[in-house]
Amino acid sequence: MADYRRRRLISRLGLGLCVAATGLAVLPLFSVLFYVLARGIGALDLAFFTQMPKPVGEPGGGIANAIVGSLVMVGLGSAMGIPVGIMAGVYLAEYGRGRFAQAVRFLTDVFMGVPSVVIGVFLYAVLVVSAGGFSALAGAVSLALIIIPLATRTTDEMLRLVPASLREASLALGATKARTIVSVVLRSASGGVLTGVMLALARAAGETAPLLFTALSSRHWSLSLGEPMASLPVYIYTYAISPFADWQSQAWGAALVLVVLVLVLNLLARIASRGHYRY
Amino acid sequence: MAKRLPLIRDRLFAGLAFFFAFLMLLLIGGMVYFLVDASVPAWRTFGPSFVTGQRWDAIRQVFGALPFIYGTLASSLLALILALPLGIGAAIFLAELAPPWVRVPLSYLIELLAAVPSVVYGLWGLLVLAPALRSTVEPWLEQYLGFLPLFRGPAFGVGVLAAGAVLAIMILPTICSVSREVMLAVPDSQREAMLALGATRWETTYKVVLPYGRSGIIGAVVLGLGRALGETMAVTMVIGNSLSMSASLLHPANSMASIIVNEFAEAVSELHLSALIGIALILFVITLLLNAVARGLVRGAAGPSAGARRE
Repeated sequence: MADYRRRRLISRLGLGLCVAATGLAVLPLFSVLFYVLARGIGALDLAFFTQMPKPVGEPGGGIANAIVGSLVMVGLGSAMGIPVGIMAGVYLAEYGRGRFAQAVRFLTDVFMGVPSVVIGVFLYAVLVVSAGGFSALAGAVSLALIIIPLATRTTDEMLRLVPASLREASLALGATKARTIVSVVLRSASGGVLTGVMLALARAAGETAPLLFTALSSRHWSLSLGEPMASLPVYIYTYAISPFADWQSQAWGAALVLVVLVLVLNLLARIASRGHYRY
Repeated sequence: MAKRLPLIRDRLFAGLAFFFAFLMLLLIGGMVYFLVDASVPAWRTFGPSFVTGQRWDAIRQVFGALPFIYGTLASSLLALILALPLGIGAAIFLAELAPPWVRVPLSYLIELLAAVPSVVYGLWGLLVLAPALRSTVEPWLEQYLGFLPLFRGPAFGVGVLAAGAVLAIMILPTICSVSREVMLAVPDSQREAMLALGATRWETTYKVVLPYGRSGIIGAVVLGLGRALGETMAVTMVIGNSLSMSASLLHPANSMASIIVNEFAEAVSELHLSALIGIALILFVITLLLNAVARGLVRGAAGPSAGARRE
């Protein structure tokens, strides 16, 4: 009896530690969100969204150029990256056989693990040096390279969940393989693919290191793709490491905007995945 | 003739899909080629002492990457030590104990940790965590454990310890959600058999679930380690950016990723630039190996889909 009591005690202790670990694991999230909200909200007003950054010492000013820059580069990056990623995923799930497909699948995994700073360095040499300067276009390409492996992997996985009977039915009706993939397979997996794409977008929106090597940043209003362009993450980085208190407070404000953007994208992704198994 | 058009489109579609899959190969190949090609001057000038050299001096054009390799390893291992018990403990709670109404929102919260951008962790680490470490944890470590070289003062707040702590938070979701998936893949019959023999819940978890999912859990940890090694912005912001090497965790340092961010813009000489790219190559190779190992382990344990969606 005593032995059973001891074992029960150990069991409760062990499981209690697991509960405590869970609490400790969630704690930093609350701390980060609390500080971003508490310190960021003070920096937010209308001017923060509509005005340009002010020089050091002058109070006020905003991050209009960084918000627009982020939208432009994430938009352009996803316009390049999403089609490539989805088509590569389609290849892996629908056409790929044998060693070549295995190799591509493995390389996609490797690609996902490549540190973003390495992607930045690579594009710096390939695009920035040859073009003679930092540019928003190079920044967009760097974000596309973040998106591509994520989109490929999710598409591949989601398409492989679609039952073969759907494909067979479509082919039996006389549809071509391409028509089957576009109208039947991709459509029935669209919820899952959309989720993956949104998560990839959220990730790209928060990437900093690749942009430092490609788009750099700018204190001016610029919509030209050939010029350096400001972005939210780079803005947060530069302002956070500055010694000025009002710049740091603006960094918190920008962080709040970025976190809200990323969390909304995540939430949308979650909603999209509800319609995940539609067949 | 009317029937030819759909067929041509069909071929075109297949060709396009193949081309984009092939592009993946080209991109990785191009990356490797470029990193090797551009770092040749550094390897040729310093040979093996590029990896073992302790001096990094842009003015004298001497480049040894050891302090940064050490900074990366120290901060990542520290992160692993901190995140491992929390991540596995939380995974056990989520996979084995929690009722669905607790499990679903909590799993979501932990995955949200992974969604917060790295630069935001850096901001929080620099302006909240590092000052807190400097005023509370570090004086304590210095006072009671200061006789160890690891905890020798003075404490700055920013440094290897702060970097390790921020990294721990960032790799926790990876470790937790992948090992939770592995545990959920353990068949219920295993647990039922153990419980039927009279084992407690803890004994079931400890002696059946964990050993059964061992290779997958190790894979989850290696995956987390890979993420820590390559993490850039958060580390750059809290590690303190020192070029010298110190054994103390309380001192500022630099990681491989952070030295690249800090010096890339200022690197004017070809040798300096090629040394930085050489560091990027070392980093690339290390993360490549770790990821290959980790995915092999996780795939084997939890089926082909586990681990891939969590990045």
